[in-house]
Amino acid sequence: MKGVFLASVTALAMSASLVHAADDKPAVVYDQAGKFDKSFNEGVYNGVKKYTADTGQKIREFEPKNEAQVEQGLRRLAKRGYSPIVAVGYSMSAATEKVAKDFPNIHFSIIDSVIDLPNVQSIVFKEQEGSFLVGALAAMKTKTNTVGFIGAMDVPLIRKFSCGYKQGVKYIAPNDKVIVNMVGSTGAAFTDPTKGSELAKSQFSQGVDVVFAAAGGTGIGIYQAAADAGKYAIGVDSNQNYLHPGVMLTSMVKRVDQAAYNTYKTAAEGTWKPGLITLGLADNGVSWALDKYNEKQVTPEMVAKMKTIRADIISGKIQVHDYSKNGSCND
Amino acid sequence: MYDTLIQMLDATMRVSTPLILAALAGLYSERAGIVDISLEGKILGSAFAAAAASAVFGSAWVGLIFGIMASVMLALIHGFACITHRGDHIVSGVAINTIVAGMTVTLGLHWFNLGGQTPALTGNERFLDITLPFAHAMQNVPVIGQIYTHLLSGHNILVYLAFFMVPVTYWVIYKTRFGLRLRAVGENPQAVDTAGISVTWIRYRAVIVCGILCGVAGAYLSTAHNAGFLKDMSAGKGYMALAALIFGKWRPVPVMFACLLFGFLDAVAVRLQGFVIPGLGEVPVQAIESLPYVLTVLLLAGFIGKAIGPKAVGRPYVKERA
Repeated sequence: MKGVFLASVTALAMSASLVHAADDKPAVVYDQAGKFDKSFNEGVYNGVKKYTADTGQKIREFEPKNEAQVEQGLRRLAKRGYSPIVAVGYSMSAATEKVAKDFPNIHFSIIDSVIDLPNVQSIVFKEQEGSFLVGALAAMKTKTNTVGFIGAMDVPLIRKFSCGYKQGVKYIAPNDKVIVNMVGSTGAAFTDPTKGSELAKSQFSQGVDVVFAAAGGTGIGIYQAAADAGKYAIGVDSNQNYLHPGVMLTSMVKRVDQAAYNTYKTAAEGTWKPGLITLGLADNGVSWALDKYNEKQVTPEMVAKMKTIRADIISGKIQVHDYSKNGSCND
Repeated sequence: MYDTLIQMLDATMRVSTPLILAALAGLYSERAGIVDISLEGKILGSAFAAAAASAVFGSAWVGLIFGIMASVMLALIHGFACITHRGDHIVSGVAINTIVAGMTVTLGLHWFNLGGQTPALTGNERFLDITLPFAHAMQNVPVIGQIYTHLLSGHNILVYLAFFMVPVTYWVIYKTRFGLRLRAVGENPQAVDTAGISVTWIRYRAVIVCGILCGVAGAYLSTAHNAGFLKDMSAGKGYMALAALIFGKWRPVPVMFACLLFGFLDAVAVRLQGFVIPGLGEVPVQAIESLPYVLTVLLLAGFIGKAIGPKAVGRPYVKERA
């Protein structure tokens, strides 16, 4: 009798754990740039911090040291029943897909990549729209009619930034020159300020006076080079205007913090859904930053023009081409 | 075209500086028979110590001293393991690299709460560029004026120090008693021992010099070329320096040229991005990125010939028992 009772209790407990993919143990896996890159990862970290402050719910964090650790980390978290797990960055898509297949009861949210699985939520941003805006501002600010773009790696995601930026520049000044450079071809390209600073100096010597850096931690070197040379720089992902007041023209802000926050919030409320979420200008998923650190660099006329462009993009009057649609920027 | 060349050479000097310092550091160590794969770790450790001290005390010079101290400490640990305890040089070196990579970030987090970074350095907390005398007056002199004003002038003091260290190293290694003994312990420690000179003491002095030079290289990275410490900011420079050391066959002047070549290829790679070859279209970034490595392999295979290191390198010295 006792044996039967115990067995049924165990069976009940087991079935319960299978049915309830209890979303009460949230976790996050950052990418190799680390959670304090002052940019993309730090944006997510701010969302995580805010969620913990608001709800008291602790979020388990994992920072992989190298590519091999990404999958291990995801797997270990999934095995311990952490859910939802937020994977930060396109570089994790292969690992996330593999682990998500093996743990169909765990909820995953991946930022900047699309995975088509019933337990994965893919959050992508319309980087081209935000980049278009800062490109337009760069074109309004430049005195040399030459602006620069420095991306971390030559991958479709970064091309989305550069393509949108180019379109924004050409929208304001069709004859302006845009010089595009990439830092490297491995993950280290996101943490190499020395190379970033050299690339920036090279661009400055070619006449660039506004440079947009879409390069994670490498950007710190680029902004420093701009500060040393008396040029303007544009930040990325997080609002980086505070890093060098007077030098930072603006930042192309991607609200990854909100994305992460909402993931945890919806999961806790039980409204988390798999599938694709696209955040653009209209949803305030991307925007350009204007605050006390850069208000002196941006004239009221520029602000007005930016507002018009923003409204035109949202209404569809300006069509911003998306590089990832056809793998080319020649729309 | 001429302007572009000058700018590229200018970038070459900036990029080569830490390589030259680290490669010379490796030269002292390896010429004395100590394999030093921990150049990378020493650079990183010094970069952190220099940026941290500079941020706290507000002076780049104080930062430099702390950077050198940190690097010498690491060098002494390496020496203690390899010389006194006759451990495997590679194992000790890798251990130092691993420890430093983790410790810098951990200490940085604890001290500054900036996620392992140090605060951004400004003003006197960095080594600023120096304009050499008459740079402005020389500007308009054809050819030479350009070279003087834009290439030679306008670097920070550590760049000049690095290039100055090349003839100094040549002189120390080939013209002094210490240099002769240093080379001897790397080739034939028994002979040195027989002459009544302490192999241990010579080797320790070699690793200390190695530590000092790596310290300068690290301080250059975080307080001169950049403005602050970022995790893993040495980005493989120590290994590049080792490659340059082999490339230059463990001799100061060829080693400097090897470092300059690496730096130049880096500068070329930066410039060539987006370059369009007629008929072929834009050169892919990846191809340009790999150019320095491909050229290194080609040069090593085709033109440099066999690189033979010091004979006793990597072998702990054991006195024969009576």
